[in-house]
Amino acid sequence: MIRTEELLLNVGPQHPSTHGVFRIIVKLDGEVITEAIPVMGYLHRGTEKLAEDLNFTQIIPYTDRMDYVSAMTNNYVLCHAVETMMGLEIPERAEFMRLIVMELQRVASHLVWWGTYLLDIGAMSPFLYAFRDREMIIDFFNELCGARLTYNYMRVGGVKWDAPEGWLDKVRDFVPYMEKKLDEYNNLVSGNEIFLARIKGIGQYDAQTAIDYGLSGANLRCTGVDWDLRRAEPYSLYNRFEFDVPLGKTGDCYDRYLIRLEETRQSLRILKQALEQIPSSGEVMGKVPRVIRPPAGEVYVRIESPRGEIGCHIISKGKAEPYRLKFRRPSFVNLQILPKLLVGETMTNLITILGGIDIVVGEVDA
Amino acid sequence: MGTWLDETLTWGNALIFFLWGVILLAIVLGFVTYAIYFERKVIGWMQLRIGPNRVGPLGLLQTVADILKLLIKEDTIPRKADRMLFILAPALAYVPAFAVLAVIPYTQDLYFADINVGLLYYVALSGISTIAIVIGGWSSNNKYALLGGMRSAAQMISYEVPLVISVVGVVMMTGSLNLRIIGEQQGNWFWEWNFLPQIIGFVVFIIAAVSELNRTPFDLPEAESELVAGYHVEYSGFRFAFFMLTEYVYVYAIAALTTVLFLGGWHAPAPFLDFVPGIIWFLLKFSCIVFFLFWLRATMPRIRVDQLMGFGWKVLLPLAILNVFITALYLELFIKG
Repeated sequence: MIRTEELLLNVGPQHPSTHGVFRIIVKLDGEVITEAIPVMGYLHRGTEKLAEDLNFTQIIPYTDRMDYVSAMTNNYVLCHAVETMMGLEIPERAEFMRLIVMELQRVASHLVWWGTYLLDIGAMSPFLYAFRDREMIIDFFNELCGARLTYNYMRVGGVKWDAPEGWLDKVRDFVPYMEKKLDEYNNLVSGNEIFLARIKGIGQYDAQTAIDYGLSGANLRCTGVDWDLRRAEPYSLYNRFEFDVPLGKTGDCYDRYLIRLEETRQSLRILKQALEQIPSSGEVMGKVPRVIRPPAGEVYVRIESPRGEIGCHIISKGKAEPYRLKFRRPSFVNLQILPKLLVGETMTNLITILGGIDIVVGEVDA
Repeated sequence: MGTWLDETLTWGNALIFFLWGVILLAIVLGFVTYAIYFERKVIGWMQLRIGPNRVGPLGLLQTVADILKLLIKEDTIPRKADRMLFILAPALAYVPAFAVLAVIPYTQDLYFADINVGLLYYVALSGISTIAIVIGGWSSNNKYALLGGMRSAAQMISYEVPLVISVVGVVMMTGSLNLRIIGEQQGNWFWEWNFLPQIIGFVVFIIAAVSELNRTPFDLPEAESELVAGYHVEYSGFRFAFFMLTEYVYVYAIAALTTVLFLGGWHAPAPFLDFVPGIIWFLLKFSCIVFFLFWLRATMPRIRVDQLMGFGWKVLLPLAILNVFITALYLELFIKG
């Protein structure tokens, strides 16, 4: 008589495919997972608590470090919340600059996801192609604000720096280049038989489950729910542009993959329009009091980050520091469905599903 | 070489045999060193990188430096590992990898052992490496290593079957298991080589061979994104190097075997090209296959473990058997009658 028992396997926090210091304890029956327990907090820095002792301009660099793959959108959500509270007017050129960097950031973030996801699946080359193109975007940001990852670019009332001379032209040249590359990537990967066999029908859930778990971003849209805050609750200048919100049908990893690729294309479409409409000159900083003191009260704003709905809740007592600051971090919320998806899957699918959710551990743990 | 083998064994002859063995070992080690360099360069170029270019001219000494580093590294054995087996596994993996090279003929006259069951010898010995990998995975006392080892055992066993059956067609056409005779009997024009009449067998053989080598897209035993490193996760220093060595020696062996079985061995693709020595043709074909194996790694994602099993048993094996059937039918109807 053979005695069999479940194998308790500790995946992470040092594991190449958990995208940082994320840990899952899985119980394996052979290669099939019977239970998965995610363990988070290895990258917790207490951003929200720290923020209570800082003024709003000082908090902005902290937001860079939450979702470090998409720092611009994090910058924006905080500034947007404070501006909403204070009812500030933002100069048009500043708003355009914000929108352009946010959409560039979305392209860069999706490229990182695309490359690392394929790396998880075992294809090595796409990773390097994606990072080549992301590098160009990062160079743009570097030129704009002197940082490659943690930009600290936006301020309450506008942006810190105007575009240097020739910068907008460079971005204009980049958009058609990236469109061509996207087609190339689509041809390279999307039809690959092995790739399809790996991700089709994996990690499937329906629209109701997605809503119950509070998923957002591509994780929600892959089930066919039409919910993109850029169109559902337009902020910034998004109501001025034409773009589609790609939707999935089956809610599996393959749909999420296609949606992210298509979103990249739509971002480029928005960029093209924005670069045409941006005023050629103007202020990039609105009239802001020297000390930013939002009036006492509460505000909750939410925007569409590359990973989903990122929200910022500020409770102010009329001081320069927030009384309480809370971020709704899409990576954290989206991750909640993981234990449910993993049961009954194999070790290999664990990586496919986790990668498909697209988490950034800095944001999960904040 | 052939004349040496026929003579009676004396001390002098034994010494010569020993020397030939050492020469082969040196050639194989040289091959492994530069195959790794070549692989890194090829993949680098395909991925918009330069590849190794710092150590020595054009980075040619990079692998030498790597090996040196592995040699002087501390040799750690986990406390809870099964010491005996842990030490045994790398050697057990390497020995058959090197031993199979004995039967491979390079030209009509250049070969090491002229065994009548050469092909069978190759297949039988290469199976032993699987055991070594399982032992390595088991004795490490590490869960990831164990999973890697088990996967590897399952994979290598299920792909050895189609691999063996796919070459049966060649054996039937030639009527011999002797690799030298198989190589010799292929014609002087390239369409007379085995890969065209045996096209199904050839394709099955190549796929199964890639899987036997644990290379992308079948690199599951060491799938770094899931199992970190697979069966050799606990190995360090030169024991680890031995596993790597085994892998690349098998690349050498499979590339040479494919050349002999399907690509006409040392024959020129057309009779008027005969002035080029056979060994050059052999090396050319051999290099093409090695390049093909490396190329795959830059192109393919990894297949999933259950799909791998399904593919092996449900697709490759029936195809290989079909190939045997077609070959038999052809021989019965057209050749014998």
